[in-house]
Amino acid sequence: MAKVDKRIVEQSGPLKTGPMAALKEAAFAGLITFGLSIPIIAYGTRQDINNRLVLDARWDAVAWAVAIVFIGRLLVTLNAQRRAAGGGKLMRVPQSLQPVLGRLMPALAPLAIGFLFAFPVISIVFSGWQGSTKWIDNFGVQILIYVMLGWGLNIVVGLAGLLDLGYVAFYAVGAYSYALFATKVIPATYPVLGVWAFWICLPVAGILAAFWGILLGFPVLRLRGDYLAIVTLAFGEMIRLVLINWTDFSQGYAGISGIPRPSFFGIPFNANDNGFAATFGLEFTPIYRTIFLYYLILVLALLTAFVTIRLRRMPVGRAWEALREDEIACRSLGINTTTTKLTAFSLGAGFGGVAGAFFAAKQGFISPESFTFMESAVILAIVVLGGMGSLWGVAIAAVVMIGGPELMREMEFTKAIFGKDFDPTQYRMLIFGLAMVVIMIWKPRGLISTREPTAFLKQSKAVSGSHVKEGHG
Amino acid sequence: MSTQPLLKVEHLTMRFGGLVAVNDLSFDVQKGNITALIGPNGAGKTTVFNCITGFYKPTEGMMTLTHADGSHYLLERMPDFRIAAEAKVARTFQNIRLFTGMTVLENLLVAQHNVLMKASGYTIMGLLGIGGYKAASAASVEKAKYWLDKTRLTDRADDPAGDLPYGDQRRLEIARAMCTEPLLLCLDEPAAGLNPRESLELNNLLRSIRKDDGVSVLLIEHDMSVVMEISDHVVVLDYGTKISDGTPSHVQNDPKVIAAYLGVEDEEVEAVEAEVGL
Repeated sequence: MAKVDKRIVEQSGPLKTGPMAALKEAAFAGLITFGLSIPIIAYGTRQDINNRLVLDARWDAVAWAVAIVFIGRLLVTLNAQRRAAGGGKLMRVPQSLQPVLGRLMPALAPLAIGFLFAFPVISIVFSGWQGSTKWIDNFGVQILIYVMLGWGLNIVVGLAGLLDLGYVAFYAVGAYSYALFATKVIPATYPVLGVWAFWICLPVAGILAAFWGILLGFPVLRLRGDYLAIVTLAFGEMIRLVLINWTDFSQGYAGISGIPRPSFFGIPFNANDNGFAATFGLEFTPIYRTIFLYYLILVLALLTAFVTIRLRRMPVGRAWEALREDEIACRSLGINTTTTKLTAFSLGAGFGGVAGAFFAAKQGFISPESFTFMESAVILAIVVLGGMGSLWGVAIAAVVMIGGPELMREMEFTKAIFGKDFDPTQYRMLIFGLAMVVIMIWKPRGLISTREPTAFLKQSKAVSGSHVKEGHG
Repeated sequence: MSTQPLLKVEHLTMRFGGLVAVNDLSFDVQKGNITALIGPNGAGKTTVFNCITGFYKPTEGMMTLTHADGSHYLLERMPDFRIAAEAKVARTFQNIRLFTGMTVLENLLVAQHNVLMKASGYTIMGLLGIGGYKAASAASVEKAKYWLDKTRLTDRADDPAGDLPYGDQRRLEIARAMCTEPLLLCLDEPAAGLNPRESLELNNLLRSIRKDDGVSVLLIEHDMSVVMEISDHVVVLDYGTKISDGTPSHVQNDPKVIAAYLGVEDEEVEAVEAEVGL
């Protein structure tokens, strides 16, 4: 890394080093922040008792913002200079620890999965039956849904290199398929199957979403890059608008309520005599369902990862990656790029659909509000920030992007610093944006930018992100 | 049937709007031959390649590829990927097109896509772990090893293709094309950017591909040390029209070829123009 930096520096002319240059740059950044923060931060408006608008000067806040940017930029520049001078990384792993880390790496996946399986137990031990609901539901289930969605979209964007901005459409297709089947079709045809509704509809939702993936795939096959992104974006909006306006079908804005919850393989989670708690001789509490939902989405997400890992080592997976690298070369090797693209689209969509069905079952209520472009953007951001193609990266990014803002709610101690009126939840989107900017600067190719080869002769060496292409659709 | 050429190009014409890139070109590629397609820059050589490999649809003309079992493939009617998969024509590109983010070995495995796809029961059986995918996968690695060995890339097998030096990338592209088990290998300027030693090595590689693997070669090349050394048959193009066709020595001494490449003395212009038919 240091080598590369040096070369770039040499190419860009004489290097300006020293603390003076760093100070100058930091002052410049501070000046820009000052200019930017005047219209946004410097004056707050509020209404007084007589309903008059009052301007509150908040120059102290401006000063804070400028100071933070100034110091941050100074540190970043000084660190870059030190590294260019051959100083190496700020925190280097000690030589003696290297072999230990090397041995630890293969055990990382089982350890992480083990932790995920133990997570409900851990949270119950630490925060009791009542308190753990929040941790399992808001953190565990919520993050895992996005991990699964991220891994699903990773097939399309990360592996096949097809930029899809409308992924939420398939999430919606899955959710509405389950909701409509479970509330309308099954009660009207075979009401006995009621308790099994979720298990029957889960694969159906996946298959329907995959079918919609192919349907979207066909017209956009000829499009590449930005054009593909725009059309998929439009497709996502179309599905949402249809769901809003076709009220006979989807009940529009009102949404669908009373969606049956998943059963424990035929045993419902309720307080009745045939319910889960009674069957297993336990005292009824709603947390059993939450825990069950947690394990369910965990298994579904792991299934997505398993299929992705397997497929990457198979011809279809290699063809996806080859497609991302160079489509023309693919065709010259006899690869049918049409079917290759369609399989990527449909498989990614299918996993999105399964996640959607799970979401509908978990919420018990869905409406088009849940499937806005914002969702697509968040899922895409998870894939891109995680590092396209990397399962680890996507999972970490999902934890950071979904868990981070959620964690902001918990930060009561910030009230001690900023005063009683401070509400950390209001700043979570700001922090979210800041985190994205930091990742862009620090890791422009995503958290994990290296690519694991799918086959090797002697030794598997990770491929540096600089060689891996992003795909052009 | 034995006299049937491997590839027969008849009256191939390619127009881009008003520009005639290839004009009524006919030539044959004989089985087991190395045929060279030469001509000054802009003569339409790469356009001919793109027509043969299906990347362009020719305006007019017929291209017939005949397999050993006598089956015919009309290339102008087939989409590009089927020409590679069924008619068995492989190609390389003037500006190298490797999968740079994949390792050298992976590049060679991608080239065996269709064989492996069948062996894995179109993914489904391979995913479930039934059928002969494992054996086919091992065989594909063996084949990759054979070509790695032949192109002297075995040491770099696990490195990303984008990390290789230029000459190695050229050889890897040939190895990748050969992994599709072609009958006809089309090389677009394989010696471009190679040093004399590497060019010599390329000659040996191409000779071996013809002799040991029984693959016919059609190549575009500017490096005459390669063309004259190894080709059995040379076709010369100028402004999209064939001006000469024959053995290397015949072409070398053809006044039209000399005129096209070097130009002629002022006093000879009229005589040559009359001869060329202008």
